[in-house]
Amino acid sequence: MARAVTTRRKAINTAIAWAVGLLIFFPILWIFLMSFKSEGDAIKAPLDMLSAPWTLESYGVVQERSDYFKHFSNSVLLSFGSTLLGLIIAVPAAWAMAFVPSKRTKDVLMWMLSTKMLPAVGVLYPIYLLFISLGILDSQLGLIVVLMLINLPIIIWMLYTYFKEIPGEILEAARMDGASLRDEVLYVLTPMAIPGMASTVLLNVILAWNEAFWTLKLTAANAAPLTAFIASYSSPEGLFYAKLSAASVMAIAPILIMGWFSQKQLVRGLTFGAVK
Amino acid sequence: MATQHSRSAARLMMAPAVTLLLGWMLVPLVMTLFFSFRTYLPLRPEVAQTWVGFDNYVRFVTSSSFWPAVVATLIIVGGVLLITLILGVILALLLDQPMWGQGAVRVLVIAPFFVMPTVSALLWKNMFMDPVNGFFAHILRALGLAPIEFLSQHSLTSIIVIVSWEWLPFATLILLTAIQSLDQEQLEAAEMDGASWPSRFIYIILPHLSRAMTVVLLIQTIFLLGIFAEIFVTTQGSFGSKTLTYLIYQRVLESQNVGLGSAGGVYAIILANIVAMFLMRIVGKNLDA
Amino acid sequence: MKFKLSALLGACAVVSLATAGAVQAETITIATVNNGDMIRMQGYTSQFTQETGIDVEWVTLEENVLRERVTTDISTKGGQFDIMTIGMYETPIWGKNGWLVPLNDLSADYDAADILPAMSGGLSYDGTLYAAPFYGESSMIMYRTDLMQKAGLTMPDSPTWDFIRQAAAAMTDRANDINGICLRGKAGWGEGGAFITAMSNSFGARWFDMDWKAQFDTPQWHDTLTFFKGMMDESGPAGYATNGFNENLSLFQQGKCGMWIDATVAASFVTNPKDSMVADSVGFALAPHKDGVAKNANWLWAWALAIPAGTQKVDAAKQFIEWATSKNYIELVAANEGWANVPPGARTSLYENPNYISVPFAKMTLDSILSADPNHPTVDPVPYVGVQFAAIPEFAGIATEVSQEFSAAYAGQQTVDEALAKAQALTTDAMEAAGY
Repeated sequence: MARAVTTRRKAINTAIAWAVGLLIFFPILWIFLMSFKSEGDAIKAPLDMLSAPWTLESYGVVQERSDYFKHFSNSVLLSFGSTLLGLIIAVPAAWAMAFVPSKRTKDVLMWMLSTKMLPAVGVLYPIYLLFISLGILDSQLGLIVVLMLINLPIIIWMLYTYFKEIPGEILEAARMDGASLRDEVLYVLTPMAIPGMASTVLLNVILAWNEAFWTLKLTAANAAPLTAFIASYSSPEGLFYAKLSAASVMAIAPILIMGWFSQKQLVRGLTFGAVK
Repeated sequence: MATQHSRSAARLMMAPAVTLLLGWMLVPLVMTLFFSFRTYLPLRPEVAQTWVGFDNYVRFVTSSSFWPAVVATLIIVGGVLLITLILGVILALLLDQPMWGQGAVRVLVIAPFFVMPTVSALLWKNMFMDPVNGFFAHILRALGLAPIEFLSQHSLTSIIVIVSWEWLPFATLILLTAIQSLDQEQLEAAEMDGASWPSRFIYIILPHLSRAMTVVLLIQTIFLLGIFAEIFVTTQGSFGSKTLTYLIYQRVLESQNVGLGSAGGVYAIILANIVAMFLMRIVGKNLDA
Repeated sequence: MKFKLSALLGACAVVSLATAGAVQAETITIATVNNGDMIRMQGYTSQFTQETGIDVEWVTLEENVLRERVTTDISTKGGQFDIMTIGMYETPIWGKNGWLVPLNDLSADYDAADILPAMSGGLSYDGTLYAAPFYGESSMIMYRTDLMQKAGLTMPDSPTWDFIRQAAAAMTDRANDINGICLRGKAGWGEGGAFITAMSNSFGARWFDMDWKAQFDTPQWHDTLTFFKGMMDESGPAGYATNGFNENLSLFQQGKCGMWIDATVAASFVTNPKDSMVADSVGFALAPHKDGVAKNANWLWAWALAIPAGTQKVDAAKQFIEWATSKNYIELVAANEGWANVPPGARTSLYENPNYISVPFAKMTLDSILSADPNHPTVDPVPYVGVQFAAIPEFAGIATEVSQEFSAAYAGQQTVDEALAKAQALTTDAMEAAGY
């Protein structure tokens, strides 16, 4: 039985929800608007700022000063690369934990999550020295591995919860039909877990895109992603609001747009097994 | 179903992940432990690296910054968890209602999650909380009031606000998925039996959400214990906003005392595990992972 | 939004294609800070590449991020950069450790003897130059001549703190949003820490005695901090505890400050009519001193280019340094952007150039630089070098924490005495930890 909803109630819901949504979104909207103003206008009172003339000046300056495209492609490479590598390693592990559980499965999962609690800055020197000896400082590969390791526990956990919801009987049936373990994972399990995988990928791309400690400390000119691009626009001498806004918009726009297009996926899949 | 064969296959399949994570945990951990018992001053190569026993550990906790840092850490983590959970439930309930443009509203609400922590800290600090040119200062002045000095007078609150803004979308998303799976018939039955809205909320909705709330609690705690960019950009640890992570950062990078910082790192791991155990105890039964 | 992004991407692709077409040549990587003069230098890099065939990759970072990045790299011999932009604080420490390539063999054309002695002194260790100054600065008073006149006062060339306080009170006009004086209160050793340290020198205080014992329990420090807080509470802007260079610059440019004591390089920003509403009414004076104390409250700093030992591209790096810190580079900037915008404070010849000396702040900048002595920064003898810092590796960390205690006192969250007691305790502790 569907709930009867009056138009009036729906209108009220709509009004409240939009008001709240716009309030939460407002800071992003604000820097977006600010990025099209001149530096002098950007610091004016809100109404004066809005009525000031629009200009692409700041984008021009940012464009001239930084190699946006290089940072952007590094961000894409690092976030998707680390997620892909993470999936390759996580799928078998999550499969094993979901379908061949043992007494210790829960402990293993918790232990994996706990590796995320090691404070990054405490191990900066050890990792930096390690990277030097491996010769992978400022290389995309080195960062892909680090970002993958940082997010691996989350990937495994998410996949594990999706896999667990797949009924075991289907797998049994496949096995009866003579499917090997490999076939089982590739042709039976994976297609069923696609929605879950999609949201896993999304979440991890976002997390990797936004990671701002290792991507700053372990890069120089070659592998630096957009987080380093931002670090050259934060608090320089003189007025900087408009330029910082423009740089920020350029840094977050790609991931924001990706997020918008895939938000249905994200909403459907982001459960961490929270839904029974 | 789990035969001997499938068990060994399972072990094999888990091996890469477990080995890698073990390495990722052990190599830095062992090195941190190693450094924590030594003097290691990278900027003074003339000072030999020697064993100093527990000196670094003693020094780290006896510093006047230690306990305030632990307290600040707990306040920030606790504050953000409280805000994101409460507002997250409210927002999830709201977004689950029938309305026009549901998808668009959802997009607006989850947008902050896509913003890099550095950017959101810069944005809040400069464009909103700045006492001269910030948005709030302009509004307050227009109303004839004095601008509020957010980051010096209300540093912890300001940081909690910024971090909550970043994490609210995550909490909302997870709670929303959970609410959508709620059995509507059960709710309607309760409504027909005359159960009031609050009692429906407390006896049906909240228990249903508890598992999702646990997940939010757990994941967010892991991330929040390590927040750094937000503090680095806004207050640099002044005005009582120095967390344990930030204190370690100061020891390692600002003071260039890796031994002392490493000892701090060990304390941070211990604190994280205490918090995790505490979490598991109160919420663990919800999470049959 | 979507349209904008694709337009951007398109533009970027074109740019990167254009640069990819350049000749394959040696490439050096330079880490630098995002200050205006360095950004301008990046703009002229193509000239350098044309002249020498050497490509340059820039890593431009905000000051704090840059410092950590290059410090981690050099102390672990990471070898990520061929040139690092560092300051007067890092240079002697790193030079002492043998981490930098000595710059004592620069070409005759370069004329190293032309570098201001104060600058080359601060960028040397044991008589060897380890970094070439790109620009140098001291600090001085910038004040509004119109407001000063309105207050019926005349700024002496070398005022005392008492005069400054009195003038600040006279210029303050809260109703019109004019604060008599704007000073740095922001935590951080290079922000408020630098200011209060330079100020404390003019009150006869010092960081350490000859046995490296912290001196925050002395009356001189108590006077310094009490005076600063008293004056700022009376005549400073709201929220001065979080104001640094940038915040004060913006306040001054908007006409909200009567006086501002800060880096001499700020003079070109506040007198630039494009950014500053008060460009035509700014006067300059030597940083103040306390009555009866012979030290003024001005610091000495240089942003300089140094080559980390271990880089494979020493020759190319030296070529770049010679280019960027040369007289010719100054001429290049002067020709394109006017004399007021050349990197100041590095070379003697600049201050002998008739074109430059007519720039209103040139003389006071030079006088301020000349009156700062990093080897004898304080009234009482000290074991360290540096005016607004002590050139020991531990200083940055300690001074940042100390300045955080001070900022908390400025914000009224603790008393001056509490802040000083904490500063004394944490400095003593950190110095013990470092084995002094």
